Amino acid sequence: MAAGVTRSRSSSPSPRLRDEADRVARLSADRLFEGVGALSAAALALVLVGVTVAVVVLARPSLVRFGAGFLLGRTWDPVHEDFGALPFLFGTAVTGFLGLLLAIPVALGVALFQSDLGPPSLRRAVGLVVDLLAAIPSVVYGLWGALVLAPLLRTTIEPALEAHLGGAALFRGPKLGLGLLCAGLVLAIMVMPTIATIAREVLRAVPTELREAGLALGATRWDVVRRIVIPYASEGLLGAVLLGFGRAASETMAVAMVIGSRPEISSSLFSPGYTLASALANEFAHATRPLHVAALAELGLVLFVVSLAFNVLARVLVARAARRGAGTTAGGAAR
Amino acid sequence: MTRRGLFAAIPLLLATALSGCSRGESASSPRVLNGAGATLPSPLYARWSTEYAKLDPAVRINYQPVGSGAGVRQVTDGVVDFGATDEPLTEAEAARARGAVLHVPMTVGAVAITYNAPERGATSEPIRFPADVIADVFLGVVTRWDDARLRAANPGRPLPAEPITVVHRADGSGTSAAFSGWLSRSSEGWRVKVGTGTTLRFPVGVGVRGNEGVAAYVKQTPFTIGYLEVAHARIAGLPVASIQNRAGAFVAPTNEAIERAVRAAELVPESSAADGGALRETDGEAYPILALSYVVVPRDARDRARGLAVARFLWWAVHEGQRFAKPLDYAELPPALVLRAEGALREMRGEGRVLLPAGT
Repeated sequence: MAAGVTRSRSSSPSPRLRDEADRVARLSADRLFEGVGALSAAALALVLVGVTVAVVVLARPSLVRFGAGFLLGRTWDPVHEDFGALPFLFGTAVTGFLGLLLAIPVALGVALFQSDLGPPSLRRAVGLVVDLLAAIPSVVYGLWGALVLAPLLRTTIEPALEAHLGGAALFRGPKLGLGLLCAGLVLAIMVMPTIATIAREVLRAVPTELREAGLALGATRWDVVRRIVIPYASEGLLGAVLLGFGRAASETMAVAMVIGSRPEISSSLFSPGYTLASALANEFAHATRPLHVAALAELGLVLFVVSLAFNVLARVLVARAARRGAGTTAGGAAR
Repeated sequence: MTRRGLFAAIPLLLATALSGCSRGESASSPRVLNGAGATLPSPLYARWSTEYAKLDPAVRINYQPVGSGAGVRQVTDGVVDFGATDEPLTEAEAARARGAVLHVPMTVGAVAITYNAPERGATSEPIRFPADVIADVFLGVVTRWDDARLRAANPGRPLPAEPITVVHRADGSGTSAAFSGWLSRSSEGWRVKVGTGTTLRFPVGVGVRGNEGVAAYVKQTPFTIGYLEVAHARIAGLPVASIQNRAGAFVAPTNEAIERAVRAAELVPESSAADGGALRETDGEAYPILALSYVVVPRDARDRARGLAVARFLWWAVHEGQRFAKPLDYAELPPALVLRAEGALREMRGEGRVLLPAGT
């Protein structure tokens, strides 16, 4: 800003002097901007460290009292102050995997449609719909899950599943509507846009030359996708899936509204369960006893570690895929 | 250039935002008293806040319904001027506070048992539940609607031959605290196995968020039973059960039965810390499941003027403020509890001296 002002206002006769002033002003503006940028970056890191330290301090009584046994404990009883995280880890894993299982095929299809298969005129439209899905607040998904999906599951889908697949313990038991299955379905819809968007970028990073080479050799489009594009992008696609899992594991409100909120480990998908994030949402505000607060903080810590691990792993994989895409060709279809 | 201007503006914006935070204390604007805590009575506190602003424009009440636990934590840490909770502080919590704290009873609510039990031959007569049967239903001992003990309490009624689905609160709540407190006093099995608290380990059932969530789930799911704040059951148009009180009568939570209960309620002796300060009905016509909501304040205010403003507001709320309770489906404080509130408020001190001396 400063540089611009100097240039427009100054009507000095000596162009050399004017240039000098201009250079100095620009330099100081650059310095200032650099400083602000560095400060913001440092603040961000500081916030992350600060939050971690605060949570650890808050969780200390629970860390001291239960130690490593916290991760394997199966009871969660705030009244008698006995806390264990295993049912929450179980619920997070089951709903996350169920969500991924249902979301991956659709997300991959959507991404391939946008990168390779769909007619160009429709690609934009599909992208818009996916972005729209991603923009819906999670409370809306939760309400829809609790008021529309849960009754449908209870009256129609769960009885049908039990009739056809009831041999497996997975699809047996009281039909409540709310539960692991309901949460898994809601999560599938919620993580689909995340996976589809990243997968699309990863697929687009596959060099066009490879596709063209395949087509020139007489391969069909399907062959190109199957034999060239997907194998080439596999690492990045795995990253997209892991990011999707991170999203599912940390989803809070929508899951809290549909999972049935019981810290139990059950073999049936119909039965209620609990996740780390939804337990925090439900109990933290009303937790009064110090040990209960500490145990909840430790659940938060576990969740933090889990999602951090998945995020870092996913980003490393996606970045490697993108680098490979950019590195192979000079004309790079990197974007 | 515009973009550079935008970036340059960021620190400026931050600075104004930060300076704005400390503006609550300036001399010209009204003194802001901060309260935080229970969600259950928050509509009433919001009403009090607007009504009190009309009476005393120099004071503004800012109440944040962040949950009982957070409210207690914030008042014991000295972050807010008063905290609201549906459960009295445990000894451990009271010990954690800087200095002594006082409990001021503010309002009374009632918890209804609601159900969805489609029967042959529709009847508007509520299903009757003995207290120990409710406890056993929520413990998972009584599992069917046509259980012998339920049939015995409802002679001639064609109860459905279906399993019971128990619905309970998933989030921590004063409603759960009141309900479990009553169950603990009615059933030894419940007291030992589950106990009293805002967040409980229910042996059976499915957990749902909020009074609204319980109402919606019970309404759409046949053969369920759940508990919720009376007003929410009325709003949702759900049937509510008649509960057997200590005198042996089956009473539905009508306005009249709740009022009778509150008027003649006695405080459970505070010797038992687990449910200290809970209400117990004495009247034969009284509805038995009541929820008492408190405000927690530090006994010794750090700032005398602030402490006085808090004491005056609370004094107003337990007296004149009570007339706003009924339109919002809360019961007015009975005289015994008003006395108790007065006693607590008269103990409040600022800089060592009593804030509201006797006779004011």
